[in-house]
Amino acid sequence: MFELLNSHYNYFAVMLLLGIGLYMLIESQNLVKKVIGMNIFQTGIFLFFITLAFRAGGNPPIIKEGGGPYVSPLPHVLILTAIVVGVSLTAVALALIIRIYTEYGTLDEDKLKQLYYD
Amino acid sequence: MIEQLPVLLVVLPIVGGSIPLVASLVSDRAGWPVATLTLVGQAGLAGLLAWTVSASGTVSYAVGGFAAPYGIELVVDGLSGAVALLVAVVSLGVLAYARQAGPHSNAFYGLYLLLVAGLTGMTVTGDVFNLYVFLEITGLAAYGLVASGRDASAAVAALKYLIIGTVGASLYLLGVGYLLAATGTLNMADLASKLGEMAAYDSTLVLTAFGLMIGGLTVKVALFPLHTWQPDAYANAPDTVSAFISALVSTVSAYALARLLFSVFTVEFLAAVPVARWALVGLACVSIIAGSALAVSQDSVQRMLAYSSVSQFGLVIAGFAIATPLAVVGATVHLLGHAVMKGGLFAATGVIERKTGATTVNGYAGMGSRVPLSAFSFAVLSLAMVGVPPAVGFVGKWYIVLGAVNAENWPVVAVLLASTLLTLAYFARLVERLYFAEATIHSEETPAEAPVTDGSGQAVSFGMIAVVVVAAALAVALTAAVPAFEQVLRDTLLPILNQ
Repeated sequence: MFELLNSHYNYFAVMLLLGIGLYMLIESQNLVKKVIGMNIFQTGIFLFFITLAFRAGGNPPIIKEGGGPYVSPLPHVLILTAIVVGVSLTAVALALIIRIYTEYGTLDEDKLKQLYYD
Repeated sequence: MIEQLPVLLVVLPIVGGSIPLVASLVSDRAGWPVATLTLVGQAGLAGLLAWTVSASGTVSYAVGGFAAPYGIELVVDGLSGAVALLVAVVSLGVLAYARQAGPHSNAFYGLYLLLVAGLTGMTVTGDVFNLYVFLEITGLAAYGLVASGRDASAAVAALKYLIIGTVGASLYLLGVGYLLAATGTLNMADLASKLGEMAAYDSTLVLTAFGLMIGGLTVKVALFPLHTWQPDAYANAPDTVSAFISALVSTVSAYALARLLFSVFTVEFLAAVPVARWALVGLACVSIIAGSALAVSQDSVQRMLAYSSVSQFGLVIAGFAIATPLAVVGATVHLLGHAVMKGGLFAATGVIERKTGATTVNGYAGMGSRVPLSAFSFAVLSLAMVGVPPAVGFVGKWYIVLGAVNAENWPVVAVLLASTLLTLAYFARLVERLYFAEATIHSEETPAEAPVTDGSGQAVSFGMIAVVVVAAALAVALTAAVPAFEQVLRDTLLPILNQ
């Protein structure tokens, strides 16, 4: 068990982040905290991809530098794109939350539900 | 020229979508003409592409000149060509509705074109990560469009849609990671050939990837337990947006699901892992029943139509999961037909609400004589959705049921037949109210009954009614096009389905 933890700690971190993020997303009553939870959830996925790229003793994937074996550059590129997507999503979510707050005057999900269904 | 068409279809609406924002410096109303011009071009290109594909087979394009397994490849075959054409034509049609119904801001048309770009991108891409990017572009544009209503409830619905939609897309991305770990590639065709070899179909890695990717997409399609964002989003968005996203967003997601199923995981996977097929068929069947039951219990017509989508997409996904050529052709026909019918129905609810103030099932009583043309179109579209024979809704359902019978999948056959009855249950109720019930809203009450909520005025233009009538006519006339379309689809599907 300890050995597995020692060799795969990144994957444990991924699962922890995914769990924390999803729990916050579902459980928190505060809309802003929900968005933070969404970000943590996505960060877990980013870490998962970056961990995939790792290779023991690998060099940075620049042809000049000392030669192979290289770490895989592909997941880094993918995650760069995914981070941009995540930032845009956060921006849109926060813009919507500002609008909700100005209209309803609350960020609490339960109170919002009452106002929403009236 | 022809091989550049797939990428042009994505670039054109993105470029067109950025023009209205710049044009705001000059005029506040430049959005609509720019969007119309762009989408006329888009429809022309999509038509040319679909025609080329049906005549001479698959068209593919390597983005940036990087060859296929390493670079991003755009691939258009008979199936994606048809969906790309549907996206272009429906978005052009909804513009005729938006002219009067609004919203009129330039930013709205920017988002509108961005959504077209995202949907087209999802349709033509041949790369699973690229699909994720377009999925999120589609999502972002759709959240913005839903929130474009003046009412604050639209923002609440949009936030709910955003949070659930993002979780769905993120799960899909996680699944892409598992596939990348299993095979080291992201190209769909390359994945299909490597999946059986490099990683066994029933290995945990591949099964997890399947579960995450398909699960993520079913959120976007809005199958039963994952549909909760959808009724709020459809009911609170402006009418133009409801018609647009109800016709296209779930449709293209369902197409993407089919693409994953057949072009990435392939039918061999479904044959090797029966539990995956059963899980998908089971989810679809639950969705059919639960969606219909929820639709019957709704009071608001728009919410009823939204739950009806949950049920109809269950039908489509069931057809894909059965995966015999007949069932897949039926599912595709129903997928495209549903887009026209549901878009038309939402457009009709918008017209009826503006003219009479009626939004609920009871409010629709006696409206058959008040708004004859819209009410008649609504009735035709409803019956088409139920699957009354000359309409396109019948053909799709018929093929799906035949496919299920051929596959000797009796529980599914029973659910499919029951679903038709359930669809009848909620649409017949409305049609009966429209024509055979005493009016509950009287004409003199109209001004009080219909307060200006989204600030776009209550007037109904010729274009709005024309959209509704054309949708109703198409729901019947498309049946005539099915045999030709079926031939094209078979040419595309038979190699994919290995039959």
